[in-house]
Amino acid sequence: MTDNKLLEVEHLTMRFGGLVAIDNLSFNANKREITAIIGPNGAGKTTVFNCLTGFYVPTEGRLTLHAEDGPRLLERTEGFRIPRNNGVARTFQNIRLFTGMTVLENLIVAQHNRLMEASAFSIAGLFNLGSYAKAEKEAVEKAKFWLEKVGLYEQADWNAGNLPYGSQRRLEIARAMCTDPSLLCLDEPAAGLNPRESAELNILLQSIRDDQGVGCLLIEHDMSVVMQISDHVVVLDYGKKIADGDPEAVKNDPAVIRAYLGEEEDDELPPEVAADLHLDPKAH
Amino acid sequence: MSAALASSRTNGSEVVKELAFFAVIALLMSVMLLGVETVDRPTGLELAVRWDLVLIAIGSTVIGRLGLIFRRESISRLWQAVLITVTAVAVFEMFVRFRELDDRWVSPVVLDMAFGSVVSTILAIAFVVIVFATAYFTMKVQGAVEVDQSKKLSAKIQLTYRSNTKKIGLIGIVFFFIFPLLFGDDRSAIDLATLVMIYIMLGWGLNIVVGLAGLLDLGYVAFYAVGAYSYALLSQNFDLSFWLCLPLAGIFAASFGIILGFPVLRLRGDYLAIVTLGFGEIIRVVLINWYDFTGGPDGISSIERPSFFGLADFSRRVPEGAVSFGDLFGLDYSSMHRLIFLYYLILVLALVTNFVTLRLRKLPIGRAWEALREDEIACRSLGINPTNTKLSAFAIGAMFGGFAGAFFATRQGFISPESFTFLESAVILAIVVLGGMGSQIGVVLAAIVMIGFPEMFRELAEYRMLIFGAGIVAIMLWRPRGLLSFRDPTILLNMSQKEKVAGEIK
Repeated sequence: MTDNKLLEVEHLTMRFGGLVAIDNLSFNANKREITAIIGPNGAGKTTVFNCLTGFYVPTEGRLTLHAEDGPRLLERTEGFRIPRNNGVARTFQNIRLFTGMTVLENLIVAQHNRLMEASAFSIAGLFNLGSYAKAEKEAVEKAKFWLEKVGLYEQADWNAGNLPYGSQRRLEIARAMCTDPSLLCLDEPAAGLNPRESAELNILLQSIRDDQGVGCLLIEHDMSVVMQISDHVVVLDYGKKIADGDPEAVKNDPAVIRAYLGEEEDDELPPEVAADLHLDPKAH
Repeated sequence: MSAALASSRTNGSEVVKELAFFAVIALLMSVMLLGVETVDRPTGLELAVRWDLVLIAIGSTVIGRLGLIFRRESISRLWQAVLITVTAVAVFEMFVRFRELDDRWVSPVVLDMAFGSVVSTILAIAFVVIVFATAYFTMKVQGAVEVDQSKKLSAKIQLTYRSNTKKIGLIGIVFFFIFPLLFGDDRSAIDLATLVMIYIMLGWGLNIVVGLAGLLDLGYVAFYAVGAYSYALLSQNFDLSFWLCLPLAGIFAASFGIILGFPVLRLRGDYLAIVTLGFGEIIRVVLINWYDFTGGPDGISSIERPSFFGLADFSRRVPEGAVSFGDLFGLDYSSMHRLIFLYYLILVLALVTNFVTLRLRKLPIGRAWEALREDEIACRSLGINPTNTKLSAFAIGAMFGGFAGAFFATRQGFISPESFTFLESAVILAIVVLGGMGSQIGVVLAAIVMIGFPEMFRELAEYRMLIFGAGIVAIMLWRPRGLLSFRDPTILLNMSQKEKVAGEIK
């Protein structure tokens, strides 16, 4: 199984001043699998993503991406180079599309680096040389493929900001996929979707995993999505991993249930506090 | 009418309150501007008061406001028109008095003017009738319907404009090319057109930075200065020709763009604006104080004029060994030749700027600029290098500023730091903003409005700045995002441009 590893997170710690957002977190994500990260609000899920995609530099720990041509250390890579050279793409919790640009333009901007090379850093493009025209055509073809995949072909020329919410979510996924990632990080892709749209999203994500062979890392609160499509679930609470395993096992894990549903008072309290409470029940 | 009143939102006391408020505003504004005047008397400089002007200002404001209230509440068509006409006459009276009168109390000048002769009577009546008719026929009968119609009209205009942008641009280009044939003898017309063209080019250059990449640059004039001084100094110290210096000036300006870009890249919005403002000032202060190198406040004079591509010279007395332009084409010497040549030179430079911008917009770099303007974080997540993308926008914008600067130096023959003050940056930025960020034709219109009109109406003396200010306020009121603030997509899949625009307007 070791050579099936796509992402290895080892002892990841992220501190903001005195606040420990992620505390010594280790988990793996495999190739061609959907790994879900779940946990209550404020558990540090998005922080993990921000570390993975270069928006934060982790305080401690190692993030290894096992790309086809060998392992890469993400924590040592400059932010924008992570999607460019290492193939980690992401979407955002609050959708970040280029709202004033059309749907198609959004997908072409995602292929910026390849097109930039083809246009010889704009010089070939400026004189409209054939090589660039060909590259642009390929980019449009790729965009078309993803537009059809997410069902937005008809709306290709709309401004992205005018799309309905669910379509914007799907467009953001399509845009991330246009960067040819090996790992796709999805930050709450089902947030704000109705049940039918969630079901469509499930199909899309499964197809990305099975047909494109891309590993997905998924933050999600919608359990119908998480339980149906994920192959592996990691549960975080207060920055710590409290469970790790297949969906069924995680669902029945007492620690997870406690984190989500609360717990009886004295179970987890520090002994001295618990002792105090027992001495003086009226104080409670 | 009673139905209109019943549905109106304001009652009597509210109207009185509103009128009183505007009367107070009018008083506050007019008392210092119109009410007092400094008069040079034998005893010294004295203040003269002109209450008549203040009274007219307050009166016209109140009456005009009442007219607007009638209009807003759709009360009486006739009264609206009457009130607005009275206001117009009162404002006119105020202007005449302001110009002509001292602090004496006299009867209305308008009456004297109107009944002075038959012609003036006819003119006065025509004026009143036109104002009255405009007010009468543009009134709102039924608020909603009117709004709908004006919306329809503006949508129609937008559709026509946006689906024919290329044609309109071509017509514009042809017009500017034949301009010297139409006004070839008029020195001032060519001069003005050249000046406007310089600003169009600067506007287009800045449009790359501000309009496309969304980086607010308040120090653009620095690159203009770098271009101008590069040419002037290279030409004077190394005796290089204009044609060699032109690309060099662009390269120097671009490198200054990169030098500025590096430290300020991490900044955004207001902070970036302040840093660029500072950079503009630094360049100017260096130019003033580095006396040995730049000539300081004295500037650099007798900068070499451009030759006709190195083939012929435009001077009356041609230096030895050179051919004069007249001889080359078998024409008699005319001082207009050089001016017209300069005009065409800046026209071509500006058009190059335009075409490069339009082309870049459709290239990955241009799309990345626009994407960066929309959302920098999303750009990073897609692997776009924000630093390099911003730098390239800065450098290319600066390069065109440098070209324009070199042209400016060769046209003027004299440059000094005076020409590169913050005001210039502000004017160029205003052209871009008024034109509509990112709109190429908008920049042309705004340059004509900002540079052309004030020069054309010089006879109006101090009023032209007043009208100019009012014009800017009007543009910002009715088109707050600039005259032509539309973004056209760089690529369309299954719609024509026209369908796209039509869809957007709906």
